[in-house]
Amino acid sequence: MEPVLELRRVGYAYHTLAGETEALRDISFSVQPGEFVSLVGPSGCGKSTLLSLICGLLRPERGEILIQGAQVGYMLQKDHLLEWRSVYRNAVLGLEMARQLTPEAEARVRRMLETYGLSGFADARPSELSGGRRQRAALIRTLALEPDLLLLDEPFSALDYQTRLEVGDDIGTILRKEGKTALLVTHDLAEAISLGSRVLVLSKRPAQVKAVVPVSFSAEEGGRRLSPLERRNAPEFSGYFQRIWKEVREDG
Amino acid sequence: MGKISEAQQAFLRRAARHRRLVRLGRWWIFLLFLALWEGTARLGWLNDFIFSSPSRLAVSFGSMARDGSIFLHTGITLGETLVSFGLVTALSLLLALLFWRCRLAAEILEPYLVMLNSLPKSALAPVLIVWLGGNVRTIIVAAVSLAVFGSTLTLLTGFREVDEDKIKLIRSLGGGSRDIMAKVMIPHSIPLLVSTMKVNIGLCLVGVIIGEFLAARAGLGYLIIYGSQVFKMDYVILSIVILCACSAGLYRLIGLLEKRVS
Repeated sequence: MEPVLELRRVGYAYHTLAGETEALRDISFSVQPGEFVSLVGPSGCGKSTLLSLICGLLRPERGEILIQGAQVGYMLQKDHLLEWRSVYRNAVLGLEMARQLTPEAEARVRRMLETYGLSGFADARPSELSGGRRQRAALIRTLALEPDLLLLDEPFSALDYQTRLEVGDDIGTILRKEGKTALLVTHDLAEAISLGSRVLVLSKRPAQVKAVVPVSFSAEEGGRRLSPLERRNAPEFSGYFQRIWKEVREDG
Repeated sequence: MGKISEAQQAFLRRAARHRRLVRLGRWWIFLLFLALWEGTARLGWLNDFIFSSPSRLAVSFGSMARDGSIFLHTGITLGETLVSFGLVTALSLLLALLFWRCRLAAEILEPYLVMLNSLPKSALAPVLIVWLGGNVRTIIVAAVSLAVFGSTLTLLTGFREVDEDKIKLIRSLGGGSRDIMAKVMIPHSIPLLVSTMKVNIGLCLVGVIIGEFLAARAGLGYLIIYGSQVFKMDYVILSIVILCACSAGLYRLIGLLEKRVS
């Protein structure tokens, strides 16, 4: 199968008058359709830079990024719902700007709001929503454009621990149900393992791909997928955790 | 709504009493001031030829209202103020958006803007008269020049404070500069826009009066200068009183606008 995303020896550096900071060096990997890839690495190693490059907000200085299908959805760390719009109007923001706000698209967004427990809040202000609901609304805003590839930049890091587990579980399940291909950046190893089908470990800056750890659970062999919370309780979980922890640690 | 508790009722009574006191206090000051002014003038402690008095003001307002001249002067001043206020609002918004779009231009022009902003604009008025003539154009240009630079700088600073991540969000959803302006920057800056409008309406009134001092045949500024020259202090003080009312009214108008947008 043709990969949705392929990076070939991508390099990027930030320039200031004080000097050059190399953020990424020789990053190569690919993501297959339907795959959920987690990217972990020490903080400040250039993970967000990588997503900005893939999303096209920045241009790589070296190497190339190939994307199958034009639509890339990007979910930022904070939800950034616009307070002067209702939840529904926030959810259709992308469609509105792309001039794709057709009745079908509107119906799709309404349906998603309903499926994910937000239909009662469609006309509410974002500030009336809890952290978890806000994050779900932000996800719907991203999914409304029907992206072929979804980039998640630590989307749960702004939430408290309990909400974080719940929303992580929620969003993982939603993405799997919609059959989306996703690339998740996180510094939470447990999150990376519980959501990803593969974990990429990046090194300290300048970031390079240090290890690729495919994640599989014996309970999933029959084709059944474990939910992220179930994965956390699976016997293999701690083994993966140790292994990835070691990879990340060796660096520092 | 359910039954209101005892304590809540007591609180509501206190709040109502507080409001009453404030209103009463305001009226008291106003009436006391009028009484003192009128009384001292009647008793001859104040020279009412120089200081005028409420009754003299009422008489001259009455006579000027009969021939309509006071409404003409007030109307002209208000009209000029509103026109320059509209121009200032539109121009500063446009300039600020332009400078936000084009960083290079903003950076090049910034020291000039700062200089123009701090220049005492009343110094420009005589120059404007020579260039533009003693007419309404001069007055409006004077008023606009007083407010437009500061307002542009304030709005530009506000635009630059928009969260980088919100801009990133719009870009990640496929929006361009126009979307950033329409969807994020302008709605984000509405409170700022209204507060600069509040400052501007006052500045425009100041500018219009300066302009009228020098280059008018009508308007409250003209009436003040005319009154002081022919020693009719009633005219001068009446104009000042009307100006007080106008500025309070204009401020209220923006206040209403503020309530509507928030």
